[in-house]
Amino acid sequence: MAILDKKSKLAFSDPLMANNPISLQVLGICSALAVTVQVKTAVVMTLAVIAVLAASNTTISLLRNQIPNKVRIIVQLSVIATLVIVIDQILKAYMYDMSRQLSVFIALIITNCIVMGRAEAFAMQNDPKSSFLDGVGNGLGYGGILISVAVFRELFGNGSIYGIQIIPNSLYSSGYENMGLMVLAPGAFIILGLIVWLHRIMAGIESD
Amino acid sequence: MRSNSYTLIFTSVITIFMGFLLSVAATSLKPLQEINIEIDMKKNILGALGLKPESSSKWTIEEVQSVYKKNIVGLVLDKNGEKTNKNPKEIDTEKNMDFFPIYLHQVGQEIKGYVIPISGKGLWSTLYGYFAIEPDCETVKGITFYKHAETPGLGGEVEKPWFQENFKGKRFLDKNKNLVGIQVLKGSVDESSKEAYRQVDGISGATITSKGLEKFLKEDLAKYEPYFKTIRETIG
Repeated sequence: MAILDKKSKLAFSDPLMANNPISLQVLGICSALAVTVQVKTAVVMTLAVIAVLAASNTTISLLRNQIPNKVRIIVQLSVIATLVIVIDQILKAYMYDMSRQLSVFIALIITNCIVMGRAEAFAMQNDPKSSFLDGVGNGLGYGGILISVAVFRELFGNGSIYGIQIIPNSLYSSGYENMGLMVLAPGAFIILGLIVWLHRIMAGIESD
Repeated sequence: MRSNSYTLIFTSVITIFMGFLLSVAATSLKPLQEINIEIDMKKNILGALGLKPESSSKWTIEEVQSVYKKNIVGLVLDKNGEKTNKNPKEIDTEKNMDFFPIYLHQVGQEIKGYVIPISGKGLWSTLYGYFAIEPDCETVKGITFYKHAETPGLGGEVEKPWFQENFKGKRFLDKNKNLVGIQVLKGSVDESSKEAYRQVDGISGATITSKGLEKFLKEDLAKYEPYFKTIRETIG
């Protein structure tokens, strides 16, 4: 790709696999547990996080030479908080049912370590373009894991994916039952643990 | 190192700008949000009565408005069950203990059902819903919950059709027309039991949610009992 220099490309692709915020940095676990009962909520959550991350990274990066060092964390936080509240308001106005299902977790994007982490670690040092890409990349990396967890949880917990029934009724009548554990938080922990484990083996990471 | 006055000015500018952005977002989106809340409430009232959208499987905003307008009349009752001239929208059911909103399913002059708001504590959260009653004022027509934070798969089953279907046709008065409420059992209803008329299948693993529901349902019904009593007397 000619439009993207090497640095921007890396900023975008690195968090997708090699440096995934959830499975390798283990950030943002709380929301990964809470909104992954259904694929649909996970998708909307992913979009919201991508929007917040991209916008906050870009804003912080544009302001990075003006932000006084003493108050940088507070400035970052106020930028992030504003964006999150705006997104929450938009969801309430246009996707009311969805915002009810996601309830408090949209507001809790403010405290998602990924958002603050990227603002502080990346956007404060880099230009707006690569910061934007870094934001989108991290959002996608986060969302990828979120949606994979949700696919397993919805399939085994509810027999459906994205609200579409996958497991046929004939299977239910022959004695198959949905796994209650999957709709509860421990089910998400187990799935997430397996994904982190798998991802780390694939990435060849050895931890002590 | 920047000077303190620069820091102060910078933070003030950021704060004012963010504040401005937030107030613009909040005020411009408010009308839409209020419509959403109103539609949601109407949808739940219609759902408790078992009214379904005519064309598709999902309600559209226009359909909710038109069906609601055609069928539902909202009233506010006082403690003695007398009608008042208040608007149900003004009543906060959690704070206001003296006035109770009720929704009448009325086609022409004929009353086809009553809907009352219900709310109370489950295990983790307060449950909110609507309870629909047949014109005889003692048989359950339907129940819905629109807000709760009970455990999905356990207490959260209150929002599932199997549990709500359970209530239909049950009666909350005994033979002597005293209010006894609906009993949520542990396990299934024994149809041969004398008490079966007021019992519904419980949710296994959700005893506290079930007991909570049983309790607040009876308390809420008691508030409307003076009104229903008068109606029962007039219809004989």
